[in-house]
Amino acid sequence: MSDQVDLEYQPHRKWYRRPDVVVPAVLVTLGLSFLAATGTTQRSYRSRMSAPGDTAFDAEYFFHLVPQMLQGLYITARSTVLGFLVAIVLGLVLALGRRARLRVVSWPAIGIIEFVRSTPILVQFFFAQALVRATPALSLRGVEILMLVLGIHYATYASEAYRAGIDSVPKGQWEATTALNLSPWTKWTKIIIPQAVPNVLPTLGNYLVAAFKDAPIADAVLSVAGVLFFATTIRNNDFRAVEPYLLIGVGFLLVSLPAAWLVRRLERRIAYERT
Amino acid sequence: MGDWLLAPAHYERLLEGTIATVQILGLSFAFGVVLSLLFGVARLSKRRWVRAAALVYVEFARGISSVILLFIMVIAVPILFGLRGASVMLWGSIALGLNMGGYGAEIVRGAIQSVPRGQTEASIALNLSPTQRLRHVVLPQAMRIILPPMGNLTIEILKGTALVSVVAGFDLMRATQNLVSTQLSVGVAGVTVLFVNVLLIYFALAQIINGLFRLAERRLGQRFEERRGRRADAIPEVAL
Repeated sequence: MSDQVDLEYQPHRKWYRRPDVVVPAVLVTLGLSFLAATGTTQRSYRSRMSAPGDTAFDAEYFFHLVPQMLQGLYITARSTVLGFLVAIVLGLVLALGRRARLRVVSWPAIGIIEFVRSTPILVQFFFAQALVRATPALSLRGVEILMLVLGIHYATYASEAYRAGIDSVPKGQWEATTALNLSPWTKWTKIIIPQAVPNVLPTLGNYLVAAFKDAPIADAVLSVAGVLFFATTIRNNDFRAVEPYLLIGVGFLLVSLPAAWLVRRLERRIAYERT
Repeated sequence: MGDWLLAPAHYERLLEGTIATVQILGLSFAFGVVLSLLFGVARLSKRRWVRAAALVYVEFARGISSVILLFIMVIAVPILFGLRGASVMLWGSIALGLNMGGYGAEIVRGAIQSVPRGQTEASIALNLSPTQRLRHVVLPQAMRIILPPMGNLTIEILKGTALVSVVAGFDLMRATQNLVSTQLSVGVAGVTVLFVNVLLIYFALAQIINGLFRLAERRLGQRFEERRGRRADAIPEVAL
């Protein structure tokens, strides 16, 4: 790469003034809030076609399921996004907690992060369900448990991403804040976090895609009316398993592949600007 | 403290489930490692169509949700191809292995690319065949970079094995659900305690995997140090 191109970029620009970071971030945020705020959700699924008796693949039956599959996918995507908002906020809290100098704060934070990260989210769903049932004060719907558990699970992943991002801020910057006698508040909000955020964004994007892949698990445990619930309902009603499951596989790829591609683009952009 | 423990009979059931989980983990790990190596090397092939095929596989395996892949492999595929009495454990392991292979292939590819080019050139100069080159020169050096992320990936697969219970396979999670559905006397609060115990078992398994990979890394590191030491001794001899 020539020096000419590098000079065009100004790496010291604040992250919120860099179009290549802000434009995708704003688009994603707008898209997500649109997703979260609108649309009707379905609670049950029914095929409009009687299935033939044999077990061979039937294309017509396959395609007539598409609109309902999209409904299920929409519910899954929506709860993923709302759950991930929990993860983003809670992750930052956990990351800061882990860095705390007080051991009373940092050790529990490390314990929570390590424990939640290395146990299956399926068991966590079951555990949360049992906990909600055992506590009369809590009455949560399946979707709400899904969002909370997904949020907590991915908060531990996000906290590791934040940690790496914070560690990637050059040591000189930390020393400079000490030399300039900046207060902790100014140090974090004006120096450290603005420089850490661009490094963290691609990793968070990857985790969002990963969370989307974990969300259907809740359909089987908590009866959330997502994609997997759709396929299972159709299978139970029509005794046809091949088409619905293949269909949700295809539908899933159609969402997660473009998402992963966008994240990779963002990653490359940011890596390019940093060097 | 006593409230947090289960009856010994419960632990026996959980132990059976844990053994099944470890078996599934072993099977899917074996599938996964083979697929990772195969497709990791294929992604760097000279032939264009081999690279393209490997890319399609990797994107598929990384893009799809592991639960949905499990449902497809365990329920849809045996029906589609008329395989009667297909083993849930086997097909479940294949599904998890397929999933792991996609991530593993990227790890292997990155590690192979990080081996200095001079090593490949030197082995070409020494007239090693491509297989020998890979087996004796490139992979042993790539191994040091492969191991740490592979440990994390194995823990992810351990977490994935719990999903086999969703497609009616037997594992630790299925054993737990059997306990929940048969031992109703445990009560509502007891179910929570049961799941805490299961979470701890999974946590312990993950720590064991972590420890094993750390050990492997240390052993590998020592071997490299030894060789380097011997070479450092050898250099003055040559100089003399």
